[in-house]
Amino acid sequence: MNDFNFYKSQGISDAVEKIADQPDAKFIAGGTNLIDLLKYNLMTVSTLVDVNSIKEDTLSETDGAVLLNAFATNANTAYHPIIEERYPLLSKAILAGASAQIRNMASNGGNLLQKTRCYYYYDANTPCNKREPGSGCSAINGYNRNLAILGTSDHCIAVFPSDMCVALAALNATVCVTGPDGDRKIPFSEFHRLPGNTPHIDNNLLTAELITGIELPSKGFEKNYSYLKLRDRNSYAFALISVATAMELENNQITEIRIALGGVAAKPWRVQKAEDFLVGKTPTKENFALAAELIVEGAKGFEFNAFKIELAKRAIIRNCLMALNPASQLPGAQPSA
Amino acid sequence: MSIKPLIGQPISRLEGHLKVTGAAKYAGEYNVSDLLYGYVVNSTITKGKIISMNTDEVKKIPGIVEIFTHENRPSLAWFDMQYSDMDAPPGSPFRPLHKPDIKYNGQPIALIVAETFELARYAASILKAEYQTEAFKTDLEANLGEGRKPQPGLATMLKPPPPKDKGDIDLALSAAAFTSKGTFTHGTEHHNPLELFATTTVYEGKGKVTIYDKTQGTVNCQLYVGNVFGLHFKDVRVISPYVGGGFGSGLRPQYQLFLSVMVALELKRNVRVTLDRSQMFTFGHRPPTIQKTKFGSDINGKITALYHEATAETSLYEDYTETVVNWAPMIYPSPNSKMEYNLVPLDVFTPIDMRAPGGSTGLHAIESTIDDLAHQAKIDPIQFRLLNYAERDESVNRPFSSKELKQCFIQGAEKFGWDKRNPEPRSMRNGNKLVGYGMATGAWESMILPARAEAILTTEGKLIVKSAVTDIGTGTLTVMSQIAADELGLPLDQVTFEYGDSKMPFAPIQGGSFTVSTVGSAIKAAGKALRKKLLKIAQHIPHSAFKGLEIEDVVFQDGYIRLKLDPSKEIAFTALIHANKGKVIRTKNFNVPNLLKLKKHSRAAHSAAFVEVEVDEELGVINVTRAVTAVAAGKIINPKTARSQILGGMVWSISKALREETISDHNFGKYMNQNLGEYHIPVHADIHDLDVIFVEENDEIVNELGSKGIGEIGLVGMPPAIANAIFHATGKRINEFPIHFDKLL
Repeated sequence: MNDFNFYKSQGISDAVEKIADQPDAKFIAGGTNLIDLLKYNLMTVSTLVDVNSIKEDTLSETDGAVLLNAFATNANTAYHPIIEERYPLLSKAILAGASAQIRNMASNGGNLLQKTRCYYYYDANTPCNKREPGSGCSAINGYNRNLAILGTSDHCIAVFPSDMCVALAALNATVCVTGPDGDRKIPFSEFHRLPGNTPHIDNNLLTAELITGIELPSKGFEKNYSYLKLRDRNSYAFALISVATAMELENNQITEIRIALGGVAAKPWRVQKAEDFLVGKTPTKENFALAAELIVEGAKGFEFNAFKIELAKRAIIRNCLMALNPASQLPGAQPSA
Repeated sequence: MSIKPLIGQPISRLEGHLKVTGAAKYAGEYNVSDLLYGYVVNSTITKGKIISMNTDEVKKIPGIVEIFTHENRPSLAWFDMQYSDMDAPPGSPFRPLHKPDIKYNGQPIALIVAETFELARYAASILKAEYQTEAFKTDLEANLGEGRKPQPGLATMLKPPPPKDKGDIDLALSAAAFTSKGTFTHGTEHHNPLELFATTTVYEGKGKVTIYDKTQGTVNCQLYVGNVFGLHFKDVRVISPYVGGGFGSGLRPQYQLFLSVMVALELKRNVRVTLDRSQMFTFGHRPPTIQKTKFGSDINGKITALYHEATAETSLYEDYTETVVNWAPMIYPSPNSKMEYNLVPLDVFTPIDMRAPGGSTGLHAIESTIDDLAHQAKIDPIQFRLLNYAERDESVNRPFSSKELKQCFIQGAEKFGWDKRNPEPRSMRNGNKLVGYGMATGAWESMILPARAEAILTTEGKLIVKSAVTDIGTGTLTVMSQIAADELGLPLDQVTFEYGDSKMPFAPIQGGSFTVSTVGSAIKAAGKALRKKLLKIAQHIPHSAFKGLEIEDVVFQDGYIRLKLDPSKEIAFTALIHANKGKVIRTKNFNVPNLLKLKKHSRAAHSAAFVEVEVDEELGVINVTRAVTAVAAGKIINPKTARSQILGGMVWSISKALREETISDHNFGKYMNQNLGEYHIPVHADIHDLDVIFVEENDEIVNELGSKGIGEIGLVGMPPAIANAIFHATGKRINEFPIHFDKLL
């Protein structure tokens, strides 16, 4: 870790101004990922601008919609009564991530800005296009069990590791940001980027822009939802596959459904075609299986992660079935039909 | 009148409070004054030579005291032999900063010494080396054809080569009614004890050092330091009372010890070198091993053929071996058997013993193959094992000193509810989860090594016992105190065990499940000698009631010697001190193993492990929902610490079978998951209902305590029991550890 300046900001505009002034300056909230990156010398900063002083309520409600405070912790968000009651999918997804200790530190805004957990990104002595553009990708022909099968490029197969964001994608959240040129809103589906030729750019946040909030539309799908996370141990492991399902039913017919996949791509993965297919259908295993095929269409497996294609399909089916009875949210908890 | 012996009592760890409150100091926590901090720089290539390093540039940073590399290290012992330690395998030990040659990825190439830890770490991040690289080999599977027999050496004494061939294996296999074959793949594992490796060296003046080291052998490190740096052994003191887990990683002196002492002697300063978590992956590890089995039985399930072959990784400079293939003929009598063990030298650091070395590898292959044979013969796995029960150790043609494995089967099966098992795979369900019951046998040799102990009766009539042995978190302090207290008939609070210090009487490294046997016997011998001495002193007191009596005629109770037949005749320990002119009374003794008796017997602890798994039929997700391990290990000195040991082994079994693996990238020749976030050991949510049974076992051969040691036995039988339970649940036999759930899709 190199020497750097530490600046405790007085507020949002103060923080943004400070960052805009300085090259290699970064905001720091919980620091649960950034501190590691600094310690491993994978990132060097000139100044850290602490945004923890921007203390407000965990969330606010206006006209049925909910605005999550970007600086609130993951834990306070997940356990907030409004989130538990109206957006249980988000609560479950947050609690499936990391550990209690990390969730107590990690901020909502920071959750969107996590770095991939690709082993090569974290090893400065191996080529990685995300860390060092143009150096090559070690993962494509290396150990890639935890890496992507969808939206990959020849330059990068990294996965975006968040659980929370899979739910936010399913909920059609909006990211509120502010920067030197003022405020703007980014639909969640347009926030994260696929690698293409520029895998070093994770998202569409501009220089010196700060996430200030995350808007949740009023619809929280509290009746039919489910989050399923499959991983190599039962806690404190990143998803190999995760699925967020939010569903609305009327007379045993699907009127609306959102299915987002985690652990498969550089962003939470949604396929409109699959969701459209299900609207108007009955919520059966067969229909979910057909939708699952549409969701993983074009998936490409690598040496150690090809299993994810089949696993993703099975996980989608299971999770959609679990969404019919959200009380059953544990793998295998639901007796088979 | 007799007081309850402390041996056999479930006494809580005496140092438990110190540990949980943080008062117990570990090697990297001794804040001596005027301390320098060392931080290691590791090689980023796997093989080749260092051409240059930017040391001059880095040295300019204010606060950097010195940078040591192969170019400026002090001259040291000349001969490789002098770098050997008690646990060194045959070959030529690794010598840190010896030459510019790089032998493995992560090799220490420089030590930065600075006024603060943070500064040393920062400087390490900007120290860069230019290398000339060479082609390397790190992949065992790709180089399997290069296997060869290991070189014999001193270390092979505790790790005998495979037993001789018996009968005609090929003929027996072709004639067998049932045969089972399997290939079993185990990857690299790293010990990852919670406490990081650290050494604090206090410079005590010319040629003299006091060393706080994370180690499983204080004397081992003392000898190593003495030999390497040419110091008198009496001037090297190694202290290590609290060890935050070892699991074998501290059996050999690790490179932070070398570097810390080197700098202390060179700069004549106090120095601490702490390795970080990723550096935990830059020395010894459990070697990857690939095994092949072919077992055969007759139509009745009687085993007729045992073939077991293993090929394991070692380094290019030492032949590290494990006892992988010797177990099957010890556990199962067979007229035909053939065992082979080969090594493939690769560009890696030498492997080192990791909890249940060899046993936890070999028994997986054996017990899963046996399970398959039983399945083919349509015989219940326990019945199959009883049908092939070894009353004697046929592999060496000797009786067992004791063997209550049958009781392990009976009591374990009852506690587990084995009778509820439907033998048909995929026949048991819980909702959409497949349920499987699996079991397996475990075995671990009971060894004893020479050790010495001192017993002292203090002027207050209290007892002090001393040994250089460490306590790697197993409860050694508590257990040794119990043994000592019983010898003198004192309550526990009248006994102090001084340990973890090389200036105490000799103890070997702490491993192999032989510490209670080895050090406990020495303490018992010292205690016994002290009793004799006390009686003698009592007999010399004028008008002594003890004149002419033998040690058998008296009892030692609550600080008194009493006549067995007339307890009113007594003399206080303090009176004996008075008779000894107010001086303490001390004895020093070796343990005295009866070698003749020992040699005539096979000595081993046994276990039976029972496991229930639930497997999600569609998603493959595996959970070990229940497990019982029944252990026959002779006398259990402390059922509480013993139970903890077995539970630890059971948790590790879940880890070994389902979770942990060091991931290698053979394109780079390096380990990729060098942290506890990605090196997956179990979390609480992975651990469910675990139960331990200790079966009564009387053994008068192994040692005077009748105790066989329990450090490894919990981790031998349960990993195959998990694999067998998964087979029973799913009908799929996955022979590669860890079993990833996607293999069951």
